[in-house]
Amino acid sequence: MAIYVAHNAQVVVQGITGNQGNFHTRQMLAFGTQIVAGVSPGKGGQLVEGIPVYDTVAAAYEKHQIDATAIYIPAPFALDAVMEAVDAGVKVVGCITEHIPLHDEMKLVDYARQKGSVVVGPNTFGIVTSRGCKIGVAPSHVFRDGPVGVISRSGTLTYEIVGNMLAHGIGTSTVVGLGGDRVTGLNFVEVLKEFFLDDETKAIVMIGEIGGTAEEEAAEFIKANPVKPVISYLAGKSAPPGKRMGHAGAIIERGKGTFENKVNALKAANVQVAVLPFEVLDLVKKVLK
Amino acid sequence: MKLFEYMGKEIFSRYGIPVPRGKVVSDSRDAVETASELGQVVLKSQVLSGKRGKAGGIKFPATSEEVITFSSQLLGSDLRGVKVEKLLVEEKLNIQQEIYLALTVDGSLRVPVILASSQGGMDIEEVPEEKIIKQPVSLKTGVMPYMGRELARRLGFQGKALSQFAEIVVKLYRVFTEIDAELVEINPLFLCDKGFVAGDAKITLDDEAAFRRQEFPRVKEGSPLEERAKSIGLSYVELDGDIAVMANGAGITMATLDMIQYFGGQPANFLDAGGGANVEQTSKALEILLATNPKVVFINIFGGITRCDDVANAFVQVKNMQEITVPVVIRMSGTNEQQGLKILEENGIGACRDMQEAAKKAVELVKGGDCDGYLCCS
Repeated sequence: MAIYVAHNAQVVVQGITGNQGNFHTRQMLAFGTQIVAGVSPGKGGQLVEGIPVYDTVAAAYEKHQIDATAIYIPAPFALDAVMEAVDAGVKVVGCITEHIPLHDEMKLVDYARQKGSVVVGPNTFGIVTSRGCKIGVAPSHVFRDGPVGVISRSGTLTYEIVGNMLAHGIGTSTVVGLGGDRVTGLNFVEVLKEFFLDDETKAIVMIGEIGGTAEEEAAEFIKANPVKPVISYLAGKSAPPGKRMGHAGAIIERGKGTFENKVNALKAANVQVAVLPFEVLDLVKKVLK
Repeated sequence: MKLFEYMGKEIFSRYGIPVPRGKVVSDSRDAVETASELGQVVLKSQVLSGKRGKAGGIKFPATSEEVITFSSQLLGSDLRGVKVEKLLVEEKLNIQQEIYLALTVDGSLRVPVILASSQGGMDIEEVPEEKIIKQPVSLKTGVMPYMGRELARRLGFQGKALSQFAEIVVKLYRVFTEIDAELVEINPLFLCDKGFVAGDAKITLDDEAAFRRQEFPRVKEGSPLEERAKSIGLSYVELDGDIAVMANGAGITMATLDMIQYFGGQPANFLDAGGGANVEQTSKALEILLATNPKVVFINIFGGITRCDDVANAFVQVKNMQEITVPVVIRMSGTNEQQGLKILEENGIGACRDMQEAAKKAVELVKGGDCDGYLCCS
């Protein structure tokens, strides 16, 4: 088992002939991802890495069973690309693209939810089910199958923490990148629900940061549903209010989203909060015993 | 990007949201001339920070002599570190009530939300939660007039005021969506004899939508270094400390700052160098770091898609091109880390692969610790 994408999920790559799309198609294939089709308007009929390219997602959908899409489309066209995938019937949309306008993000998330599709991202490293399905841009070498589910708002920090766990023999079931923007398709609570139902996942690591209220909402949910042990690390303790720390979501505004508030909420829900990223490993080890 | 009040009011005006009569000026003579046309006026310094009033940036001259005195005082003055270059000269209104009205995005609901309160005028953060009405907006419907009327009713308005308020909410939502704003705020929205008038305009545009909103002039809101970093596509924030930091990825950069503080140091900045690691980008990023005159530079790279050997090569080239006179601690881990570390070593640059150790070292070096093989150029 895994969440959102099974190890043998069939994937389409939107933007497969672009620079990013092409490079990461090769990376994803090497990881074992079953890429069955690519989409690139006007380039239908070509082959990329032996994968058939179609002009539209609907055309690819007619010929293949498609469980998920990986979108590497430039920001100005990302809204169109997500809606196209959702309309064609794709249920899991990995929207890797960064710098998408906020109003477009609201629209694409709203549209997907209406149609019963899930958007991972935007502005995410993607989603990785260690046993063979990587969607996105994460470096493959940090993932190996294991009992820990990971939910994160940040890419490199995730690689750092997951890589450190792996170096000590602890692997991951599925790693979900929520995305660094203010509006994302998934939040901690929604992914926690999935992990709580996933037999393979024994413990969950939440990698959060300052800004927004997603961690507080997760804390409330965990408090009411103490199903599996949850470990957390939060970035941004030293960030001053009003300064946007790279991610659009990482800003303390109107006194909301402070580090202290999040830590207190999580602790009250019995979530162990690591002070430094590498302490996550020890806390995970303890709960897995 | 934040817009100045006068720009915001120009937009409101275009959308039919009433604003006070007024004019933006940059010298006292124009201020007096405008005042003579308007009668009793208010002089408002055009700076981006809030709480202008408390900082002395808003004046109410009683005579034309005072218009001259106050406007020459304000123009060119320093308001919390920002130079006042323009004044908005506006008619003074007879105010019956001050209301708060804003549209922004609710990240957890993932839709726009209207915020309204009958207690306007003051900082909304100081208004008690129960006095603020929060109304999420469905993207399918947008703001319909009836929603505005209901909001007006809940705020206690009747008759003509109820309909006029509703109109303003509808128009404000149009502004919000059509200019790709993150925030449009009217605080205060005056209720006067002749109806509602926007007393202020605070607009933050979404930078990511700049490509399709080129009609707006570029407003500089950061420090000169922050502006320089922005112009080359780096995410950079100035902080107060003395350890200059560069890392790749927003989350890990934040974690690096936290770790420096944990070990007793103070970061000088936040700099997310992103995924790329070409020489030009690395060199520009380093230039910005060195321009802050830090005591130590700390570079923290996790090689994912970024390859450590690329970063190492870039750094070696930069080091050969420009003089670096402060200790530099480099940490590298991940893709091609062995090659990266070897390249650095061959060029006489110390580095390590453990983030915690590196952070600790950076803090020690500020306090005059021994370099132990790290790049110490002093």
